[in-house]
Amino acid sequence: MSTLTLAMRDSSTMVRRQLKRLLRYPSMTVQLVVTPVIILLLFVYVLGGTLGAGLGGGRDAYINYVVPGILLMAAATAATGTAVMVATDMTEGIIARFRTMRISRASVLTGHVVGSVIQQLLGMAVVIGVALAIGFRPNATVVEWLAATGMLTLFVVAITWLSVALGLKSPTPEAASNAPMPLILLPFLGSGFVPTDSMPTVLRWFAEYQPFTPIMETIRGLFLGTPIGNSAAIAIAWCAGIGVLSYLWAKNTFNKA
Amino acid sequence: MTNLAITATGLRKSYGGKVVLDGVDLAVPEGTIFALLGPNGAGKTTTVQILSTLIPADAGDVQVAGHDLARRPDDVRGAIGVTGQYSAVDKLLTGEENLLLMADLKHLSRGDGKRRAAELLDRFDLADAAGKPAATYSGGMQRRLDLAMTLVGDPRLIFLDEPTTGLDPRSRRTMWQIVRELVASGVTIFLTTQYLEEADELADRIALLDHGRLIAEGTAEELKRRIPGGHIELTFAEPHLLDAARALLGAGIADTEALTLQVPSDGGVRAIRELLTLLDERSIDINEMSVHTPDLDDVFLTLTGRQEATR
Repeated sequence: MSTLTLAMRDSSTMVRRQLKRLLRYPSMTVQLVVTPVIILLLFVYVLGGTLGAGLGGGRDAYINYVVPGILLMAAATAATGTAVMVATDMTEGIIARFRTMRISRASVLTGHVVGSVIQQLLGMAVVIGVALAIGFRPNATVVEWLAATGMLTLFVVAITWLSVALGLKSPTPEAASNAPMPLILLPFLGSGFVPTDSMPTVLRWFAEYQPFTPIMETIRGLFLGTPIGNSAAIAIAWCAGIGVLSYLWAKNTFNKA
Repeated sequence: MTNLAITATGLRKSYGGKVVLDGVDLAVPEGTIFALLGPNGAGKTTTVQILSTLIPADAGDVQVAGHDLARRPDDVRGAIGVTGQYSAVDKLLTGEENLLLMADLKHLSRGDGKRRAAELLDRFDLADAAGKPAATYSGGMQRRLDLAMTLVGDPRLIFLDEPTTGLDPRSRRTMWQIVRELVASGVTIFLTTQYLEEADELADRIALLDHGRLIAEGTAEELKRRIPGGHIELTFAEPHLLDAARALLGAGIADTEALTLQVPSDGGVRAIRELLTLLDERSIDINEMSVHTPDLDDVFLTLTGRQEATR
């Protein structure tokens, strides 16, 4: 077998390990799904009437507006879970065992990433399901749904590699739970919950140039038909950049440790 | 001439200016048990970590299982198995899943993997617990699962880093029995331990590691001949009695704070009687007396001439 085939085989073994672990302890997955659903309900039913009025509509208009922001927040929350899981794994003797075996080294990390991506996409599906049930009415075609799924997957892969790297860099699982914290704030400091043009200048400037905004604008455009402009290209560039750099950072950190 | 499973010359490692290994030479013949014996902090685990490709050495020429460690670490990894000091099992997976994970990573076919896992579960008395998560296992069971996982790929050379530290006496005996069976099947074992008894029970050759240097090497018998056989500790009521005893005996280590004197002795009845008679003749009263049979402390005391190294 060639090196590449072996690397693929080891990676799929590690993915199976990770999925088994996630299934055995589903409480983390449940928590990662439940949190964004609660935030969705809070924003729609508590704040949605007023915020929707500000958008020139009502609660229904706000549901349509807020879904992309909730989806990214769900991913950011899950990133914390991934970082903690990686940091915990690194404290276990099993990782030392893997290092003394003739296996593809990156496969350990790939297992974490694929496991988390699957977990997060399932979580997003639940969030979209709940949103549809309470009045989310996208006008996307099948192609636009696929494009939105692709955009979200790309984002989730990038942010997961970032959280794996952060998890590897953390001295303890406790520290790992803090590292991705700022990510959770980014949907708020962008166009996730209210349009950026309602913000004061400095904040607006940050909100328009930070990576989450073009991603949310792209997804919103695909769901609702609002203008996307160059947001899609910028979003893909951000995701690819964050993903590749984080992958290299994570791999390098794992090999050095 | 026997083939060597491990050869190392001039192995060195420092961490930020602190020298952990200071020029260690090793030669381990195939099919034998080699014990690296030393107190905590002597550099035992570092040695295992280097030989098992976990960390690079700063200097030294090392061949493991016929491969150059620095140039071909992946070939070394393919030939060895490691059971570390800290349990290397996935605690969220069951015993059987842990073994199947190893079988997959060793690229065994599904059927071979299942067979091997079942065989090892049986051999290590884990069949009943095979379907339970490893987190629910006792210390001894986790250690057995750990070793079973190491054996999945039939390694020719196995590193055991303090395999019985923290185990109860019964589990320790079980582990010894397993190690003996392994070596009977032709496997080479490189073992670290802080227990003289363990090295004595298992090893063909023992090397004593202290402060990153090998201070002695040989069979258990050879090493024991160099140990005087423990000591007798005498406690006195007055400092002048301690001084008098020390002058009289001309040997031993005095502690003027605790008013004790450690006299080298084999601890036999005859030696004790002679010592007491001698002190009695000079009217040197002793408050307390205790006999220490030879242990690792005495080995180090004798071979390093330093008391603090072992306390």
